Amino acid sequence: MSETLHAVSVEVNGRSRSAQVPARLSLLDWLREELRLTGTHVGCEHGICGACSVMLDGDPVRACLMYAVQASGHRVTTVEGLARPDGSMSVLQDSFCETHGLQCGYCTPGMLIAAQALLNANPDPTEAQIRDAIGGNLCRCTGYQQIVEAVQLAAERTRAK
Amino acid sequence: MSVPEKSQYRYIGAKRRAKEHPRFVSGRGRFVADIALPGMKHVALVASPHAAARIVSIDAKAALAAPGVLCVLTGEEFCANTDSLAIGVDAPKVTRFALANGVVRYAGEWVAAVVADSRALAEDAAERVEVEYQPLPHVIDLEKALAPGAPLVHPAHGSNLLYQRKFVWGPVEEAFASAEHRIAFRAVWGRSATVPIETFGVAAQWDAGTGILDIWASIQMPKFPDQTARALRLPGNAVRVHHDVDVGGSYGVKRGIKHTVLVGYLAKKLGVPVRLIEDRLENLRGGDMQGPDRFFDMQLAFEGDGTIRAMKIRAVDDVGAYAGRSPFQLGKPVTAICGPYAIHAVEYEPTSVMTNKTPQEAVRGFGQSPTNFAIERAIDRVARHLGMDRLELRRKNFIRKDQFPYTIPSGSTYDSGDYHAVLDKTLAAIDYASLLRARDEARSAGRLAGIGISSCLEPSGGNSAFEVLMNPKNENTTWMDSCLVRVDLSGAITGVINNSSAGQGHESLVSTVLGEILERDPEAIRVVRADSLTALPSNSPVGSRMAIMLGGAAAGAAKAIKETLIAIAAHNFECPPEDLEYRDGGVSLKGAPEKKLLWDQLVEIAHRKFHKLPAGIEPGLQAKFVWEVPTGGALPTPEGRIQIYPCYAFEAHLVLIEIDPDTGKPAIRKYACGHDCGVMINPDIVHGMTFGGIAHGIGAALYEKFSYTEDGQLAAGTFMDYLIPSAMEVPAMAIVDHCTPSPLTTFGQKGSGEAGYLGAPAAIANAINDALEPLGAAIDALPMSHLAIWNAIDSSRKKAA
Repeated sequence: MSETLHAVSVEVNGRSRSAQVPARLSLLDWLREELRLTGTHVGCEHGICGACSVMLDGDPVRACLMYAVQASGHRVTTVEGLARPDGSMSVLQDSFCETHGLQCGYCTPGMLIAAQALLNANPDPTEAQIRDAIGGNLCRCTGYQQIVEAVQLAAERTRAK
Repeated sequence: MSVPEKSQYRYIGAKRRAKEHPRFVSGRGRFVADIALPGMKHVALVASPHAAARIVSIDAKAALAAPGVLCVLTGEEFCANTDSLAIGVDAPKVTRFALANGVVRYAGEWVAAVVADSRALAEDAAERVEVEYQPLPHVIDLEKALAPGAPLVHPAHGSNLLYQRKFVWGPVEEAFASAEHRIAFRAVWGRSATVPIETFGVAAQWDAGTGILDIWASIQMPKFPDQTARALRLPGNAVRVHHDVDVGGSYGVKRGIKHTVLVGYLAKKLGVPVRLIEDRLENLRGGDMQGPDRFFDMQLAFEGDGTIRAMKIRAVDDVGAYAGRSPFQLGKPVTAICGPYAIHAVEYEPTSVMTNKTPQEAVRGFGQSPTNFAIERAIDRVARHLGMDRLELRRKNFIRKDQFPYTIPSGSTYDSGDYHAVLDKTLAAIDYASLLRARDEARSAGRLAGIGISSCLEPSGGNSAFEVLMNPKNENTTWMDSCLVRVDLSGAITGVINNSSAGQGHESLVSTVLGEILERDPEAIRVVRADSLTALPSNSPVGSRMAIMLGGAAAGAAKAIKETLIAIAAHNFECPPEDLEYRDGGVSLKGAPEKKLLWDQLVEIAHRKFHKLPAGIEPGLQAKFVWEVPTGGALPTPEGRIQIYPCYAFEAHLVLIEIDPDTGKPAIRKYACGHDCGVMINPDIVHGMTFGGIAHGIGAALYEKFSYTEDGQLAAGTFMDYLIPSAMEVPAMAIVDHCTPSPLTTFGQKGSGEAGYLGAPAAIANAINDALEPLGAAIDALPMSHLAIWNAIDSSRKKAA
């Protein structure tokens, strides 16, 4: 079975990337295996756990439920694209470190994507809004509490600026 | 025992960011699936669709002809060339291999492994492997499995009973004969597990030049390199397990030994790097990581004033189709078999049964949480029987703080504690009076509401003496851990640890401890991981042992460095070491602080100035420390009394739950957990594990279950059926700290890796039952799903009508 390849052109973390990919290649596998952006993680591959979350034109999506060909012509932001231009941690990333909003670090990239997308749209979220925004991202280490605290802290710090 | 002042320590107990975090938040973790070896091939698995069947034939021709396929391996070749995985209990016929050979014993068991250029091609080819099966009778229910004439999971073993023993510690029958009251009931713990978000994965590479098999795996397992080598019939020094692989969550289950032996065999056979990363279905169905699945027949004998005289526990556990370490999960609870209560006589009958289900594996708490759940249900039932307040009953039976160290009937001595104080503190923190008001207001408004209480122990320190208790042929009483500390020529400190980590923060732990002892900034201390060929002995982070054991080992090594520095200074000042004072890494003469050698000067002498080095001090600056679990090392008495774990943390949970009477849906309104794990080395890390443990407990209590159909199919093979609580189900929680130091450990610390999980299911179960009490309904089986709760409400209403 030889697979037909399709041209894709995607802006990934501000950089334009082009490739020839089979139709069945998921966006997740393309990012991880071909672009080697391994910060985006594989969790369930059926759209429940959120470990593979990336932003597509600013909105959080499941990279496991999208084919790479579907991302063509769009902007994708992965966890590697969240840092400040000088490479230092963003306010949100730093806040996760401050509140111990992670343990094993596996769900963390997806959580950061979900939380950053929330903060971009709503700089002053309530706790209920934060829980709603990360409600599609499963974490087995933290019980979510210190993640919620991290997002609250990031919002506070961003507003104080 | 006094609570230590915060100022006693410079770094221990202070807020400190985890050393591990920056790499994870920036997407630079190095998980096993991130490791790309040149020319690496990928494995897909062919799994049995039957719960029990004879394999009549396997035809791999079409698969082998598919694009990119290197190999289709079946059990016949694999089992002839490897040895069985370790069987924990004395059941030599219950052999276990990664691939089935001739017969399958559960739906999802691996029958063949396909290796191809990519995972997608391997999966394509796996679908072309033609396996002909002859279905055999199977058994899914553990009581049916024990009945005469039941289909045998392992006919060669002669029975589905894997382990059974009745322990009697103290005058149980006398107490039952003379006590004023007795109750009996059954508590059921459903089959769930910790289910990390990262599935298990392993990559292996055989170097024919050196004769070394390199392994990168997502593991948390004692003796993993040794067991891999044995099963592959290789000497231990031919297997090199790389511990610098970040593990994406484990909480006990990341064992993956069968995966590793399979991939190791394939890598050696094919001469190319091979990897196997489970997909979620493989993980849930054939990953062998489902947890305890057991019922408890509980009997208690007690007096009218609430004094509990004796307890009988018959615990029957379904380990699934193979043994492994799972029967031992009935053994660990022996170390806290009477909970925090002064119960002087206990009968315990652990019974381990095989069925045609996915094998059970270690899960957070190693069987302690189910036992705590059964005991705490029993305590609430005693209170209800006597019409006594549940808190009063607990207070009445708690071991008092002046009774420590306290030896329980099964032979373990609890090191320290103050259960009354922790409970009182928790009640105050949650404002118990307002909690009662909230419950009663909800009830008067026609809603169902209940308060749940649990108080339980968290044995820690990971001395796995349940192995020798349950297998007389096993005399392993050594459960050491180690640390190597190096100070290089630049004066920088490196701690070398010997295991991988799954979020427990071991790099933070070791750098904090080294910084504390050496009085150097933990920020600048690096912690690295030796591979299994360069490592000192470790028993891996199981049984809440690392704060105690790795923390203790790091402290021991750092103290040796400090002693060396003092000896160097003493030699150069020509004075006895007692005249010297160590501060901030420098050594000065007491009373003459200007006479001193600074850290850099001492380091330079150690590394470069042999002429200034005292005799008997080895050059360079390094020290190792290996130590055995405190209080460990003994075999059990003939009655089965044994000291298992050294340290006993305590937790008290309080929860308010409301239930929608029309749907049975519970909502947690308030949650507080009082926790005493001695001195906390990093409070954020301890709290984080506790929050996470409570979330696991919420899952086990209300949502998560590996359900099986009558024909033996796993009915929870996705996250749409196996329900993991999200931020919408897990509420905001309050943790109430208390500190009773352990007298057995370096800084007074106890373990806390299983915190929260050990008491949350019990507290939630008690809250649901408190909510149902006005209806006269009760549930004693987990998980208490919406449907189970609704059924209880509905049947009580029908009864009332």
